[in-house]
Amino acid sequence: MNGEKRYVMVVDTRLCVGCKACVLACKAENNTPDGYCRDWIVEDIWGIFPNLRAEIRSERCNHCSNAPCVDACPTGASHKVEGGIVLVDHDKCTGCKACIASCPYDARYVHPEGYVDKCTFCAHRVASGKTTACVAICPTKTLHFGDVSDPHGEVAQLLASRRHKVLHPETGCEPNLYFLT
Amino acid sequence: MLPTLLEHTSTRVNAEIDPVLHIWGWEIAVYLFLGGLVAGLLILSSLLLWRPRDTAPARILQLAPLVALVLLSLGMGTLFLDLAYKLHVFRFYLAFRPTSPMSWGAWILVLIYPVAALSGLLALGPELQGKLLKKLPLVGVLAWAQRQRQVLLGATLAGGVGLGIYTGLLLGTLTARIQWNTAVLGPLFLTSGLSSGAAFLLLFKLDEADRHRLVRWDMLALAVEGVLIASMVLGFANAGAAGQLAADALLGGAWTASFWSLVVVMGIAVPLVLESIEIKKHLPLVAVTPALVLLGGLALRAVLLAAGQDSGFRLLP
Repeated sequence: MNGEKRYVMVVDTRLCVGCKACVLACKAENNTPDGYCRDWIVEDIWGIFPNLRAEIRSERCNHCSNAPCVDACPTGASHKVEGGIVLVDHDKCTGCKACIASCPYDARYVHPEGYVDKCTFCAHRVASGKTTACVAICPTKTLHFGDVSDPHGEVAQLLASRRHKVLHPETGCEPNLYFLT
Repeated sequence: MLPTLLEHTSTRVNAEIDPVLHIWGWEIAVYLFLGGLVAGLLILSSLLLWRPRDTAPARILQLAPLVALVLLSLGMGTLFLDLAYKLHVFRFYLAFRPTSPMSWGAWILVLIYPVAALSGLLALGPELQGKLLKKLPLVGVLAWAQRQRQVLLGATLAGGVGLGIYTGLLLGTLTARIQWNTAVLGPLFLTSGLSSGAAFLLLFKLDEADRHRLVRWDMLALAVEGVLIASMVLGFANAGAAGQLAADALLGGAWTASFWSLVVVMGIAVPLVLESIEIKKHLPLVAVTPALVLLGGLALRAVLLAAGQDSGFRLLP
């Protein structure tokens, strides 16, 4: 690690039961509009009956290190802050939707007020030393959040000791949402 | 071997994102078409007017750069209609982001206005210039423009090329949409814009020599378009799992019928055949051919815009 802060989220797919507490915690914390969500639950089932395998994942913006949304934004509304968190400055957003089209994870949406909205890794909570709302509420301890540049930290330890993957690494976006498998 | 994915369910139902991305509708298709048409008009009129003429050219050629500006304004109008946060439109002009084709486009659009307006003044024949000068105090501007004739026509040409390529790159750089992941979109949209520009001019009365030249240029542009489309499909078909998805959409998948019937057959093949018959047999050109080319240009943007939004990475395992 080069010592630069890099926030990541680690999702333990072996523990997730898809209870959606993370989705509701996010809605409550961030006051997302009706019908929209910044995080969501995906359930994939592989195989041929009766030999099936299921994986449940809590997904959200990947806060990519090589974020295509930041590159595509014509006004600088999509930007990065400390720790690599990708944010949207509502005041600079024109609602042109280039960032939505550029996101391989379809993590963004147009807020009914006109600007583009998405997961902020609860930057307002992180700034005051707290963890994200979804991590705080998770009843099965599926979700972990932290600075991966700290080798002794929880997320670095999990990634060092457990088998993991990211979604669509072929995009080259270097996503920061890791799934323990 | 990985087991096959049997079922994928998600609790996310965000409007315009799920189940299929649909953030850009007719407004963007029309804008991309008009952008290409304007690019074609600016390039062709600059080329046709490059050498000063003894007699004034046909009226539509004299008016071409100004007509292009009217069409460009219409296109910017539909672009504005698409913005979700319309009051913040001024934000485009408080920043320049070199990595964002949309930012390049916003600036190219405003730079084209003064350049094309001055070219437009130059293009006017003595009769139209006389009428205009009676109404507006532009004698000094006109004299200056006449001294800078080659520079202005060159800048209009460059602006047209920039506009034409950018409308393609706008989609081509959004790598999350597999169907747009090809550098061919830039030259393809530029070439399609050139054929649209020629077709638009051919709808009006022209001198025999200009008409002949435009029909030949149009045929060349249509042929190049065909080659670029073939390269695009071949490129997709040979570019791994993601490219395969994009190729499948055009070769037997959801967008096959509209793409081949409207874009390739109606917009390229039929006009190309009609134009070659017209040239060989010295038949007078009918409005049907240019109308087909224009409709084909609109269909190219509309089909690729929709197919691209239907081609996210969520389709890959």
